[in-house]
Amino acid sequence: MTNKKYEALVKKHTPKENKVKYALTAFLVGGLMGLLGESLIRIYIMLFDVSRNDASTYMIITFIFFASLFTALGFFDKLVAKAKAGLLIPITGFAHSMTSAALDYKNEGPIYGVGSNVFKLAGSVIFYGVVSAWFFGLIRYIWEVLS
Amino acid sequence: MYFINSFLFCGIICLIAELILDNTKLTPGHITAMFVVAGAALDSFGIYDFFIARVGGGALLPITSFGHSLIHGALLSAESHGVIGLLMGIFNLTAAGITAAIIFTFVFTLIFKAKD
Repeated sequence: MTNKKYEALVKKHTPKENKVKYALTAFLVGGLMGLLGESLIRIYIMLFDVSRNDASTYMIITFIFFASLFTALGFFDKLVAKAKAGLLIPITGFAHSMTSAALDYKNEGPIYGVGSNVFKLAGSVIFYGVVSAWFFGLIRYIWEVLS
Repeated sequence: MYFINSFLFCGIICLIAELILDNTKLTPGHITAMFVVAGAALDSFGIYDFFIARVGGGALLPITSFGHSLIHGALLSAESHGVIGLLMGIFNLTAAGITAAIIFTFVFTLIFKAKD
């Protein structure tokens, strides 16, 4: 009886602990990405003597480059499996989804394989992003015209 | 201060996403789409700009910033072109990221093959 109770207890608690671990990992990895992003902006401002806005764009492109490269080299999937949201929510997830979709469909040819599947996952981000940005932008625009 | 804020902001956004991912049936695709919409919604009231001014790089990195850039470009263009500017400027600020992602994906897809 006690053994069964113990097992039930273990079952009840194991997934929860995993969730805590996943949440902590996502927080730490995501935080480190943010820290790295801010550091890169500072480094680019010092190195190239550019404005903060330009340095931010360089930083985003750097992240996209490495996420794309690491996905193509094959080990970004393993990192994503461990860090999950920590790497999927930063812009690295966007680049990762595009490169992995393109590589997965490479054997179906350049048009119906790579070309039409590259936005398979990233497409929903752009699609709903544009729809919502247009909608909220319109509301804001009408608001400003009226007031 | 920017460094600490960057760590906390980006970390907390990822933490929220991970909590949604683990406790609901939503997939990463649902969550990234939701976060983009949330970023656009937050920027329509200027809240996301407030975060960027205080957080710096950590606020530009999560996908929420993509939604922010979309609406920001649209509104900037609407200032000079009127309501049609919303359509003209929507990709102005995100073009660099999307174009870079497409070019890199093209080059790496030419060179590499899928592992497995």
